[in-house]
Amino acid sequence: MARVANSPESASASPKGESAFADVVGDRIFRFLTTGAAWLVLILLLGVALSMAWGGRLAFQTFGWHFITSDVWDAVNHQFGALVPIYGTLVSSALAMLIAVPVSFGIALFLAEVSPPWLSGPIGIAIELLAAIPSIIYGMWGLFVFAPFMADIVEPWLNDHLGNLAIIGPLFNGPPIGIGMLTAGIILGIMIIPFISSIMRDVFQAVPKELRESAFALGATPWEVTWRVVLPHTRSAVMGATFLGLGRALGETMAVTFVLGNAHDFSTSLLMPGNSIAAAIANEFTEADSPIYLSSLIALGFLLFVVTFIVLAIARLMLMRLERESE
Amino acid sequence: MISVVQRRQIKNMIALVAATLATLFGLVWLVWILWTTLTKGAAALSPRLFTEMTPPPGSDGGLLNAFYGSALMILIAVVIGTPIGILAGTFLAERGRKSVLAEVIRFLNDILLSAPSIVLGLFIYELVVRPIGHFAGYAGGFALALILLPVVVRTTDEALRLVPHYLREAGLSLGLPEWKVILNIVYRSASTGIATGVLLAVARISGETAPLLFTALNNQFWTFDPRTPMANVPVVIFQYAMSPYDSWHKLAWAGAFVVTAFVLGLSITVRLVLRPRNFK
Repeated sequence: MARVANSPESASASPKGESAFADVVGDRIFRFLTTGAAWLVLILLLGVALSMAWGGRLAFQTFGWHFITSDVWDAVNHQFGALVPIYGTLVSSALAMLIAVPVSFGIALFLAEVSPPWLSGPIGIAIELLAAIPSIIYGMWGLFVFAPFMADIVEPWLNDHLGNLAIIGPLFNGPPIGIGMLTAGIILGIMIIPFISSIMRDVFQAVPKELRESAFALGATPWEVTWRVVLPHTRSAVMGATFLGLGRALGETMAVTFVLGNAHDFSTSLLMPGNSIAAAIANEFTEADSPIYLSSLIALGFLLFVVTFIVLAIARLMLMRLERESE
Repeated sequence: MISVVQRRQIKNMIALVAATLATLFGLVWLVWILWTTLTKGAAALSPRLFTEMTPPPGSDGGLLNAFYGSALMILIAVVIGTPIGILAGTFLAERGRKSVLAEVIRFLNDILLSAPSIVLGLFIYELVVRPIGHFAGYAGGFALALILLPVVVRTTDEALRLVPHYLREAGLSLGLPEWKVILNIVYRSASTGIATGVLLAVARISGETAPLLFTALNNQFWTFDPRTPMANVPVVIFQYAMSPYDSWHKLAWAGAFVVTAFVLGLSITVRLVLRPRNFK
């Protein structure tokens, strides 16, 4: 960015007409630049949506609704249906939410009510560092360390203890190979904990002191204050944080690509390899050798973009509501 | 028989213990992942990492070309993304506090901030790679710029809105035009916040892998030319980790160690030195 040559003094010392003209032109240019840059952000987002729809048009035209409802993914015969990746994305994200939402609430509760003030800062930063670790590191750790751990210890246990139960049994019945939906869901859950918990912590802290203190004055325990006063007051922001985490989980690529197994077969067991939209794109993009294959992968990207856009839009709207209330 | 008060206290204890366990649960993963990266990475570190090219399967080598490619792509991203991001953030904070357009852009920028990076990579593929017909290092830079941009927009917006109004009014009352007030007064008082945003954005893009798969791809050999496919650390880590060769695994861990150390070092430094406030 260009530094301004004239200091204020020299500007006022120069002949008045010239400097006023230069000022007006300068203001015009600056306004033009800032407005243009802001529009660019808008155009980029539209551009992403349009280019995905455009790139995927061949697949949408060829397969129509079958693209979403069919589970056939056959690169040799040029038949592509996205049901298995869509299912995998939804299931792995649901597992991640099951883990991340209660844990994040627990972390926010710990930071608000249990931890001494000197400890809250460092622990908060440590949890946030989980978000800073690149997702490819999660993926590598998942593949080389966590998947063997799951295969050797967790999954045999699940097979023995839950695999024979009536309704949920089939979910936990399968070969303990460590690679699969359950492993991916757990890693996703770990990855989104910092996003959800840091917002929860911030909104809990933003609750007016009077509310908390009057509840304490009535003799409420810390748990009752959180559950009956703080949580109802921050409900929409907590939901917003949850949706934000969900948006992250749906679109996360590298971490799940390593541990999902890239299988295009449908399976009810969480221990079986699966696929997700993002993992399918990452795994197969450079192998896509026909226009319809490439178009199908971009069409997958379009679906992912639309779904995450909706989820993230809901998240932002809910978070905005609290901001307005606190203003 | 337990009284109501006791029951409430027991409930409270259970909840607080569970909260403590949840926090420990979160910290365990952090320690476990960092410990793995540290031990496996440190074991694979050697001076050759920074002096030799990426090797063919089964032999030893380094990651020099990948480091160079990553640095170049991050540089391209910063050079493109920072000015646009600062200007757009300036629009949001200075000229659009109450306007509908600014609200819409702020909203969409927040969505772009959390949008899947793989989709942004596909966008650059459609926009750049497909028209020119081959993968290219600068396309990777563009993709990273697209990820960096919303972070800079948001932090600039936030940092400028923290600058008190009377500073602007003092400048305007001296007869300064608006652009000089913003360049000389507002930017100067918000410079720490803006710098924080740029550095955190750099930390975020230096580990990004997915968008580079469709843009820069990879290159086993040394190239200065960003118009050709270029090696970069994240994609090399991905390919080497997925390969069946032990020597490639070792290099992948070494690369993972360097990337993690860089990213975490940068985020911690920014948090401690520049601004104690956290950023999401």
